[in-house]
Amino acid sequence: MADGTIGERYHDRVVSWLTAFAMAWSILGMLAGVYVAAELVWPTIDFGREWLSYGRLRTLHTNGVIFGFGVSALMGTAFYSVQRTCHVPLFAPRLAWFCALAWQAGVLAGGVSLLAGWNGGKEYAELEWPFDIAIAVVWVCFAIVFFGTIAKRRIKPIYVSNWFYGGLIIVIAMLHIVNSLAMPVTLSKSYSLFAGAQDAIVQWWYGHNAVGFLLTGGFLGMLYYFLPKHAGRPIWSYRLSIVAFWAFTYSYIWAGPHHLHYNAVPEWVQSLGMVMSLVLLAPSWATMVNGVMTVAGAWEKLRTDPALKFIVLSLAFYGLATFEGPMMSIKSVNVVSHFTDWTIGHVHSGALGWNAMITFGAFYFLVPRLVGADLYSVRLANIHFWLALAGTMLYVLAMWGAGVSQGLLWLSLDEIGELSFSFKDIMASMAPYYALRFLAGLIFLGGALLMAFNLTMTGKGRRTVAVSPPAAGSSQP
Amino acid sequence: MNAVELHRKLERNSGLLIFGILFVSAIGGLVQVLPSVLQDDLVTPGPGTQPYGPVELTGRDLYIREGCSTCHSQQVRPLLAEVRRYGPYSKAGESAYDRPFLWGSKRTGPDLHRIGGKYTDVWQRMHLLDPRTVVPDSIMPGYPWLGERAADADGSIQSKMRALRRLGHPYTDAEIEAAPAALAGLKEVDALVAYLQALRAPAVETTP
Repeated sequence: MADGTIGERYHDRVVSWLTAFAMAWSILGMLAGVYVAAELVWPTIDFGREWLSYGRLRTLHTNGVIFGFGVSALMGTAFYSVQRTCHVPLFAPRLAWFCALAWQAGVLAGGVSLLAGWNGGKEYAELEWPFDIAIAVVWVCFAIVFFGTIAKRRIKPIYVSNWFYGGLIIVIAMLHIVNSLAMPVTLSKSYSLFAGAQDAIVQWWYGHNAVGFLLTGGFLGMLYYFLPKHAGRPIWSYRLSIVAFWAFTYSYIWAGPHHLHYNAVPEWVQSLGMVMSLVLLAPSWATMVNGVMTVAGAWEKLRTDPALKFIVLSLAFYGLATFEGPMMSIKSVNVVSHFTDWTIGHVHSGALGWNAMITFGAFYFLVPRLVGADLYSVRLANIHFWLALAGTMLYVLAMWGAGVSQGLLWLSLDEIGELSFSFKDIMASMAPYYALRFLAGLIFLGGALLMAFNLTMTGKGRRTVAVSPPAAGSSQP
Repeated sequence: MNAVELHRKLERNSGLLIFGILFVSAIGGLVQVLPSVLQDDLVTPGPGTQPYGPVELTGRDLYIREGCSTCHSQQVRPLLAEVRRYGPYSKAGESAYDRPFLWGSKRTGPDLHRIGGKYTDVWQRMHLLDPRTVVPDSIMPGYPWLGERAADADGSIQSKMRALRRLGHPYTDAEIEAAPAALAGLKEVDALVAYLQALRAPAVETTP
């Protein structure tokens, strides 16, 4: 094989931009989240404006953080790591730019459409049909760039992180296309092709696995690249990563119906969903063990390296959330937790503790390397770490308190079989929890703002440095 | 060939890897979701369940537009406390004309599947426009704009009904023809109230 590296450069500018977009969406999306949290404490702060109304702004929050922040971060880190693990520049770099920019335009326009009241009505898939089509097109382009790069790789085995990023691209495409099938009426309105109970089963097959393959699998791709890189040690067990990957990819898909326990769907669907959710604990924790054992031996780096701190803490929350999830899928636990704020707490222990923290860790690693400079302030990054931890803990504790009391009080009957408490009284007793949650969100957002400032200063006045693939024959990813 | 060797084949061939992921991740959907989608009795209307009339349908679409289901479920679980609090538990056949389903995942406010008839139209209207006039502790947003706009401002009710007919909802030509007249003069809030009042357990004929 001839040395093909002469004049060849990794396409990192698109990565830099995606990182910047992801940071912007994290701030915007979390700001919307903090605002809706405040609306549950002071319900009149929408000032009678449609676009500030809870039902619309909450949708903007979820879409902004998942599709704006999450997907931009995943796309950026996928483009970064796939080049380095394959020792080649991106396939079709112009298409990569198209993906990056079209995605931002789509999320921006989609966000505006949500505020305008365009809403398909399915959770985490609210965007209306024109956006659904646009998402599918950009996603196919993402797949072409990613798998095209893998196809021209100079390293024969495809590295672990790419299996997970590949799973993200393939499975999300499948879920998105099926769940979005609809009959359009006008530009802003369509009716789902599925009705009632069938729509519910399809929606939670999508909804749960958007969490599975985007918020879990995609970010595991990030973990498998950035954790070993950062710890300076190879993955502890290659064999365990193989078993965990296939077990994860196989079993996640079945777990959706735990969102429909005691709802009007067949009993066998619910029970199977519960059993497979419990099975899922095994591959989830296998990955966590693999991660922790990879860091073991490099613990001393934790004292000095804020990025590694974030990544290790994210592993802890990953372990917590993937334990809590299967527990909540047990029908007798779910009877209490379903429809309560416990679910919101569970989602945020994953979203803040796992997704956001690992992304912060990856960015603190990535940005100084992209611009060829030291991090502007390690001290600020350390403050961010403690704010992020405090915010997440306070959030989760507040929602556990709120959720468990709601669940138990709603079900409570007195000795003659009458309801013990009115809904209104239970709702009114949530005020302190909701106030704490607002505060928690504010703390977490404050940390993210520090990061945005820190990374902006790190990259100020600098350009993305040009990096060449290693000479052919080199085996270090 | 053991599993790890099989994996080694897949991780050296991107086409095989793509196929492997697609195959392994599709199994769950094919075994668990597909049979449910093909099971007709899940979407066979229960006794007394009718397609929404034009006013209720418009109200339902407003319920979706305002994101009501982010805080209100429409799914009474078959539990003693829930049946006591809300009414008869929800059955699949009741949702046969629900596109999308609106069962929800969160009860910041109460379940609404049996809300119809519990309050007067006037109470519902006041509550929607400014909840704290009737429930001082409420943390629900007010929706003043619903009282200002015409219910079918974009004149799309007939296209909506035709779209739903293509999906199998049994609207007659006469019903579609008469729809704009039914909505004439109504504000958005009137349509939403009509929808909420229609949310009740279907009347089932009882033998005397």
